[in-house]
Amino acid sequence: MKLKKKEQTTICLTVNGRRYVESVEPRKLLSDFLREDCGLTGTHVGCEHGVCGACTILLNGSAVRSCLLFAVQVDGAEIRTVEGLDTEGHLNPLQEAFSEHHALQCGFCTPGILLSASELLEYNPHPTTEEIEEMLSGHLCRCTGYKGIVKAIEKVANRNPKFTHES
Amino acid sequence: MSVKPASFDYYRPDTVDEALQLLDEAEDEGKILAGGQSLVPIMNMRLATPQCIIDVNGLNGLDTIRYESGLMKIGALSRQRCLEQNNLVKEKVPLIAEAAPFIGHTQTRNRGTIGGSLVHADPSAEIPLSLLVLDAQAVIRSCDEERTVPVSDFFVTYLTTDIMPNEMLTEIQIPTEGIPQGYAFVEFSRRHGDFALVDAACLIDTDEQRRITSVRLALGGVDAIPVLSEDATELLVGEKLSSRLLEEVGRAVQAEVDPDEDLHASREYRRHLAGVFAKRAVRLAYQRAIQGGGTG
Ligand code: FES
Ligand code: FES
Repeated sequence: MKLKKKEQTTICLTVNGRRYVESVEPRKLLSDFLREDCGLTGTHVGCEHGVCGACTILLNGSAVRSCLLFAVQVDGAEIRTVEGLDTEGHLNPLQEAFSEHHALQCGFCTPGILLSASELLEYNPHPTTEEIEEMLSGHLCRCTGYKGIVKAIEKVANRNPKFTHES
Repeated sequence: MSVKPASFDYYRPDTVDEALQLLDEAEDEGKILAGGQSLVPIMNMRLATPQCIIDVNGLNGLDTIRYESGLMKIGALSRQRCLEQNNLVKEKVPLIAEAAPFIGHTQTRNRGTIGGSLVHADPSAEIPLSLLVLDAQAVIRSCDEERTVPVSDFFVTYLTTDIMPNEMLTEIQIPTEGIPQGYAFVEFSRRHGDFALVDAACLIDTDEQRRITSVRLALGGVDAIPVLSEDATELLVGEKLSSRLLEEVGRAVQAEVDPDEDLHASREYRRHLAGVFAKRAVRLAYQRAIQGGGTG
């Protein structure tokens, strides 16, 4: 594939189980693509250089920074964003636990953390507190002090060992 | 502040040869995009405005990890997350598996690659330091040649390596025959996942009398490039490790390094850390060497 500057190309991908066919120029960041072209503004954009974790999404099941990917790179991929976590309008157990344990205040960091936590629980259903904290080191939260977030994830880890983000 | 990259031509080649051809045609304006965890931040901040991006993420065979005739061969596109999970890496070069979790965060290691980290050449980064202490070789290709460079000759200065604009790193080779049994990777950073202020990696072998027969100690964050300590080798070979000797090694390393001052740490503080972490690395590698035998 060869694209000149500003030249548009069509990409086709699945976001939260829905197919999107959109046209993008090479420099379009995936974070902006999700927000502007797909209208999925649940993916937040904080630093835009890979530090804060607010833009974290699942790319083919792996938690990654969407501000460090170009939309052209994810042609054919399967993406999950925070909008894809609930089931028919009901919060999933992880989201419930966040609400219960005051794991969010302003909510800016929350979508990214939910996706990273989903990845962690998918591959490691019973993470230790240390493993949860290691995962959280990739996210900045300026409100909660992180304690509530750790508690919420711990709760899900113990209550429902079969929890996966696929629900 | 808007943080968006400038426009660029985007190429996604189907083969390594095509990638090299494109790189050659781009002259000085081409940049290889692998994991993008170092390149994209600097593009977003417009510290780099490459005219032409060559995305190698889809290329087959660039991310294989295999063991062949005494060499661990790790494809340049191998994700850092794989390095911490791959059984062959754990068995043959446990030092790398130990260093990998220190690189950024799980969310960046899912994308970031071993090759990207090596060519980015941050002076305190974990991959460059580990590959230096392991005496690895970098396999570098251009349109017309393939060459192999020892990692000890690869770094030039801050963020600068021996690689030319028309060349691409394709593989890393680590000799494992006779590789010392004792290993250690330790580092100090302000917060988990931050850039290390200082890191240290060490390999040690001992004989039946617990005397050190060979040692390599390398430090990162103490100079423009990661450095091997010659004084440590001189002090340690032929000796059993005692606390007195360990103190001597710490002092020697502090005298040997010449760190720069920056926003994160003064020269004195980095020098202090260099001594402390050199000692920690040597102690741990020695313990593993004398316990180890086959198990490392
Ligand atoms: S916006 Fe992507 S990491 Fe901060
Ligand atoms: S809830 Fe406000 S930043 Fe985390």
